[in-house]
Amino acid sequence: MGKHNNLSVKENFIHGLFFLNGLLVVVLLVGIFALLVAKSVPAFKDISISEFLFSAKWNPTATFVPPSYGIKSMLVSTLFVSIGALIIAIPLGIGASAYLSDVAGRRTREIVKPVIEILAGIPSVVIGFLGIVLVGPMIARIFHIPNGLNALNGSILLAVMALPTIISMSEDALNSVPKSFEEASLALGATKWQTLVRVKIPAALSGIIAASMLGMGRAIGETMTVLMATGCAIAMPTSFLQSVQTMTSTIAIELGEVPYDTTHYYALFGIGLVLFIITFVVNMIADIALHRYQRVVK
Amino acid sequence: MNRLRVVSIAVLLTLLCAGFCMAEEKMIQIKGSDTLINMVQKLAEVYMAKNPGANISVTGGGSGTGIAAVVNNKCDIANSSRSIKASEVEQANNKGIDPKRIVVAIDGLSIIVNAANPIDKLTMDQIGKIYRGEVKNWNELGGADSPLNLYGRQSNSGTYDFMKEVVMKGEYSSSLKSMNGNAQIVEAIRQDVSGIGYVGVGYVKDAIGIKVLNVAVNPSMGYFSPLNEMDVKNGNYPVTRPLNQYMNGVPKGAARDFIIFELSKEGQEIVEKEGFFAIPTEYQRYNNDALGIKWDVGESPVVKYSAQGRDGA
Repeated sequence: MGKHNNLSVKENFIHGLFFLNGLLVVVLLVGIFALLVAKSVPAFKDISISEFLFSAKWNPTATFVPPSYGIKSMLVSTLFVSIGALIIAIPLGIGASAYLSDVAGRRTREIVKPVIEILAGIPSVVIGFLGIVLVGPMIARIFHIPNGLNALNGSILLAVMALPTIISMSEDALNSVPKSFEEASLALGATKWQTLVRVKIPAALSGIIAASMLGMGRAIGETMTVLMATGCAIAMPTSFLQSVQTMTSTIAIELGEVPYDTTHYYALFGIGLVLFIITFVVNMIADIALHRYQRVVK
Repeated sequence: MNRLRVVSIAVLLTLLCAGFCMAEEKMIQIKGSDTLINMVQKLAEVYMAKNPGANISVTGGGSGTGIAAVVNNKCDIANSSRSIKASEVEQANNKGIDPKRIVVAIDGLSIIVNAANPIDKLTMDQIGKIYRGEVKNWNELGGADSPLNLYGRQSNSGTYDFMKEVVMKGEYSSSLKSMNGNAQIVEAIRQDVSGIGYVGVGYVKDAIGIKVLNVAVNPSMGYFSPLNEMDVKNGNYPVTRPLNQYMNGVPKGAARDFIIFELSKEGQEIVEKEGFFAIPTEYQRYNNDALGIKWDVGESPVVKYSAQGRDGA
């Protein structure tokens, strides 16, 4: 009896501990959100929300004209760079994952998969460095433009950073398509290519969408790489070959020296809040897609 | 035997602790301007070689970041290519910090273009128009028909502020590309035939593929080059500025010792070797007052501007 009691105390303790760990994540998330809201609300005493979201003029340190706090051009820049990254990364990611799950032999897979995982571990500052010395000059030469620090450069680098997530998650999705689907398709006389493109990829589509969304979530929040490689011009972007400044770059550049408790300081938290909401929505979409895919597979 | 061991360990620990405490005292943290970073790093290296106990760390981040660190008591010395702002002094005073300024070198802020650009001189007025975005093509300035690409620094840079307040007297064009530092601007201009940028004179001395423009306030008075020491020191070159260091109160101990080394003849020779200019007499007097000491100022050219001059804090 005593021993049994002991066991259940231990069990309860461990149960409680894990519950607290789980709770901690929720508390952190709510805490971060609350902090962002609390710190950005004072900004809107001086700035109207419509100016903040829909004006393309950002110059909080202006001294010769009244300061302006419009984030539209940064918002568009962030979308430019991350959607550009997705356009590059999704076809490559699906191709690579299809290759790994259906074409590659066991040995190739055993070499390639860890390499992809290493790619995920490269520090963003190193990728940004490559953007300055390698990708930038290449873009400049290909498009005959004087400088390669632009949205396209950022997109390429972010695509490289999003690829590991997209590849490994899509591969999981392709692998969990029931074997019977594939066998049925092959039995009906479809080629391996037709089976992959018409059966397996559609069946795994919501998993692939989830993978892409998580990749995009990473791209939107990435800071160091875009700060180094996109040229950081605050003007409204009109093409991928223009220098852009994303929301993350602005926070990184300006938060270091902004005087505390000023409109500028609160406005930077406002940008953080917008960024948080965007990544939250993107991750939600990924989550919903993932659930749908799990239902389909079951 | 055992007691001997205990005693010897105790002695060792005491010595170790004393060593750490002394090392702690000699640790100097310097933070701020990317324009000054290489020069101050070099000064620190030579100083540390001469003073084996000294330990100096020099990091960048921009003048604003450096001054903010002094204001928040996070570093000993801030490198700054601009003067401290009134708002920063007020913030510092509220926290019980008393910022003191030392001038370590003189910079002729250099306006650079690609070596293939036919333009080789500009007026202050033209530079202002270019960076305010009022001139958009080189042909408006007598150059080739190609759009102007503006390269500058990020808003945490003292050079960014200096250009805005002193040269442009207006706001930057929104098409300004903000680079991480002087070296990145030099590299961008080397590749961009239609680019224009500004960097500290210490970054143009050995650079290839770029051209340093001569600048005039008034064309009839002549154009001057920042590479000419006399023109920078006597103020003929119009974009001249002091490179500063800020600290909390009159520096004491290791920090004071290092600053005195920076201002010494040997320190100033390093400054010149790094491509910047030694401080003229006016600033030497200013520094002496700030440090509360007297020493031989040596011979220096007569200068037209006073220590409080055009940058007046």
